[in-house]
Amino acid sequence: MQSLSHTLHQIYARFLPEPNMETLFWLSVTLAVFALGVRLQIRLGRAPWANPVLFAIAFVALGLLVTETPYATYFQSVKIINFLLGPATVALAIPLADSIRLVTRSLPAMTLALLAGSITSVVSGVLLVLLLGGSHDVALSMAPKAVTTPIAIAITTQIGGIPALTAAFAILGGIIAAMIGETTLRRLGITDWRAHGLAAGIAGSGIAAAQVAQRDPVGAAFAALGIGLNGLVTAIIVPLILYFLPG
Amino acid sequence: MPEAFLILILFQLVGSALQTVLHLPVPGPVIGMFLLAAALLWKRSRTRTDKAASSFDSPALSSLSRSLIACLGLLFVPAGVGLVTQMPVLLANGLPIAVALFGSTLLGLMVTAFVMHKATRDRPSPERIPDTGGQVL
Repeated sequence: MQSLSHTLHQIYARFLPEPNMETLFWLSVTLAVFALGVRLQIRLGRAPWANPVLFAIAFVALGLLVTETPYATYFQSVKIINFLLGPATVALAIPLADSIRLVTRSLPAMTLALLAGSITSVVSGVLLVLLLGGSHDVALSMAPKAVTTPIAIAITTQIGGIPALTAAFAILGGIIAAMIGETTLRRLGITDWRAHGLAAGIAGSGIAAAQVAQRDPVGAAFAALGIGLNGLVTAIIVPLILYFLPG
Repeated sequence: MPEAFLILILFQLVGSALQTVLHLPVPGPVIGMFLLAAALLWKRSRTRTDKAASSFDSPALSSLSRSLIACLGLLFVPAGVGLVTQMPVLLANGLPIAVALFGSTLLGLMVTAFVMHKATRDRPSPERIPDTGGQVL
């Protein structure tokens, strides 16, 4: 295994000497693997567990290990994809504005669901880590994991968690919510896009919202609201809840 | 299309500027999202239509936004691959992390959707998820 990975690294280093060729290579790999993941998901009857984000992350991570490429080099190559995350978040304003009537009609219900969901996410995350013997750092980093990654990092810095770990938890939690969300809620007899969208935005932030947004514009609108409002609520309740936490 | 992209970037810029100046705990793009939604609603209330009509509220903006939202998942891959840098901590605390991530995400999803479902039951949404016999998406 060691010698195989070394040989592959040599081939890779010989054929991709130019930095900009390396950039194009990793950009192509990322796009190709994600596109393949989407096709695979469609082939599998559009099953939510066949999540293309997870597929692409696992494949690229393996590729980095085999070619012994540092993460910093990879990130430099795919910066342009990461950059588009900003405009794409702003773009969620369009489904939100298009479904504003539906949103304002369910404002009281949304407020209740938002508070209940945010508190449940934070408390259960922290308690489960501590109950199973995880370290205090890990528990603190778990608290804001349901929030969209940049807000989560800001909160974790404030309470003394590990930012990189929180980013990892936010992404993993989003993938889990995208994979099991729709099937689970359907089984509970919940078939309303408003509930599905809001739950995805609050429990799984961007990644779960992406899954819902592809399915329905009303779901996209409620997911967009869920992401934004959950960020505000969690930023306020996390320090409050941790104040009562022993240790 | 260039104008549509400019609109998205400008609102991200204004959102980020507000975040920096006012020290808000919410990231710039999310503030930009709320501002753009407010601007669209204001524009539509003045023209008294629900449809994208003129100026910045254009069909180009909604089609660009649809394209961006359609590949939202792809945009998380670069940050997600960053998991490789956290492998030692993830492996050392494997069980508590796995259980807490699964349990807490599942609970958060169910509680949010259940409360929303109960509280909106008297006014059902016109749009429901079609039953596809267990096959989803």
